[in-house]
Amino acid sequence: MMSYFNAFWVGGLICAIAQIIIDKTKLTPARILVLYVVIGAILGGLGIYKYIEQIGGAGATVPIMGFGNSLAKGVIKEIDKNGFIGIFTGGTTATAGGIAAAVFFGLLMALIFKPKEK
Amino acid sequence: MNYTQKEYSDYVNQKSAKSPIVRDTIIAFIIGGLICCIGQAFSDIYQKYFGLNEEISKTAVSVTMIFLGSLFTGLNLYNKLAKFAGAGTLVPITGFANAIVSPAMEFRREGLVLGLASKMFVVAGPVLVYGISSSVIVGLIYYLLGVF
Repeated sequence: MMSYFNAFWVGGLICAIAQIIIDKTKLTPARILVLYVVIGAILGGLGIYKYIEQIGGAGATVPIMGFGNSLAKGVIKEIDKNGFIGIFTGGTTATAGGIAAAVFFGLLMALIFKPKEK
Repeated sequence: MNYTQKEYSDYVNQKSAKSPIVRDTIIAFIIGGLICCIGQAFSDIYQKYFGLNEEISKTAVSVTMIFLGSLFTGLNLYNKLAKFAGAGTLVPITGFANAIVSPAMEFRREGLVLGLASKMFVVAGPVLVYGISSSVIVGLIYYLLGVF
């Protein structure tokens, strides 16, 4: 049960910080997503995000920051394994499932559903 | 109360500007937290009942959450929740899925290639461009630190 409590507050906090940034700076949602994925990659590269993940579980992996972290972590893992080429292969290898799912389900849902009439 | 018109309107603006931030933030916290709890539940299910290891279950959870985000966007439910929840629905990976499906649906009438497929990446494109590029820079630094 503790893991749900931690997922709740860690994930909630990451979202709450984004909301404060939106309200204070009027950054658009697209910019927030970009900002968060870059922060995630930096924290992942510095080896900090794994501590947030140890505490928060899905509270750290479900937010888009977790995507940035996976990209950076994947790159480091592949460099350790295959050297220089890992810089280019690691990120999208680690996130392949999410990217393919986003593209395919995006296409599928847009074909099935009609946008609401305005 | 000897407020001038200007001072009064400043005061009102200040008050009305402050309380929405607090309310927005609390709502974002709760909804964002709950969406992550759903992710945690799938993670537990995949590890306990499907025997997936932790690493693979993370990918499976992402795929599941993206599916749900896309589906609820298609059903026009996610956008309704997003109006209320703000960053609580934007920041989780379901919000990334929403940012893909919403424009894809809307621009479908402009064609399947230059409408749907192209507009899908209006928001997701920049996220991939800057996300992947950051990870390449992280990799370059990591590689060079290892070499020297």
